[in-house]
Amino acid sequence: MDMFLAIASGICLLLGSFLILTGGIGLIRFPDFFTRMHAAGITDTLATTLILVGLMLLNPGALVVFKLVAILLLILLIGPTASHALAKAAIRSGLKPLVKELKDEEEIK
Amino acid sequence: MITAAIIAIFVVMVLSIIRAIAGPTFYDRILAVNMFGTKTVLMIALLGFAMGRPEFLDIALVYALINFISVIAVLRFSKSIGFQEPENHPEERR
Amino acid sequence: MRQTISLSITLALFWLANSGHYNALLLSLGALSVIFVVYLAYRMDVLDHETQPLMQLTTKLPSYYTWLIKEIILSNIKVVKHVWLGQETIKPALKTIKSNQTTDVGRVIYANSITLTPGTVAIDLNDDEILVHALMQEDIEALDEGEMDRRICRLEKS
Repeated sequence: MDMFLAIASGICLLLGSFLILTGGIGLIRFPDFFTRMHAAGITDTLATTLILVGLMLLNPGALVVFKLVAILLLILLIGPTASHALAKAAIRSGLKPLVKELKDEEEIK
Repeated sequence: MITAAIIAIFVVMVLSIIRAIAGPTFYDRILAVNMFGTKTVLMIALLGFAMGRPEFLDIALVYALINFISVIAVLRFSKSIGFQEPENHPEERR
Repeated sequence: MRQTISLSITLALFWLANSGHYNALLLSLGALSVIFVVYLAYRMDVLDHETQPLMQLTTKLPSYYTWLIKEIILSNIKVVKHVWLGQETIKPALKTIKSNQTTDVGRVIYANSITLTPGTVAIDLNDDEILVHALMQEDIEALDEGEMDRRICRLEKS
């Protein structure tokens, strides 16, 4: 059973690290602010979840698991709120997102 | 595995600092700093496990809160959601 | 009054679970901080029906969130694929979609779920219109079909 838990936590941590790396690379590679925000979104949701679940599976005490759950919930609640505030501020300041279709761009203003 | 995750997070922190320095707009920089903060929370949690001191999780918890508040505070000081917003956008209910 | 009591109980449980030390001094300090936070919430006038939708939402949220987690995993895979394939394959789009929720809580849950799913971000929220930016145009069309909208509408009916 311990063996199984250790393997499961290893897989979770590795997958989470891969997703976090992907998010970081997306942050560098994508062309404009709004697309970069999506790259940051991956690291905020699934990658964080996987890493924290991987730590939970390492079988620490109940108190530690509770704190990990609290951190996870905080990040899952805070992430969208912060990126929504950021996107709203960006679009209010007149930053135009890069869109492929011209007709979509007209809908902004 | 914990070491691998710490290295990955470290690489991503470096990448987001690059974006924070290079970022063409103000908002790119805030996005990068926000991501750096979230990664710091994870880094603290992982380091606590790697060093066998789960008490570090308390610090991670507090850091997550401070990170959020600092991002909102910086946005407040930016031009678009300034403190004077109610006059500029009267249709906005708070 | 009901809200005040439930907030105090929640805060007390949270404090107890986070502390881990149970002697008289620390417990009294914890009780003091709970009272102080409840007083602050009372002063700020944030204790109303919206702050804590007690029974109605709590019992229905788990089934919604299991569906949402499935969506998050699927769209994560999609975004990861596009990150590695490079920026020629993405097709960012911006569109205003309608939300059919009646309460503010429902609308906030909808906008938050859109942002929580990678690939789509809710940018602006007017009365019943949400401005959404997506990495791929299909994502917006999938949102426009309104499966998430319907699920949240079902969530807010009692």
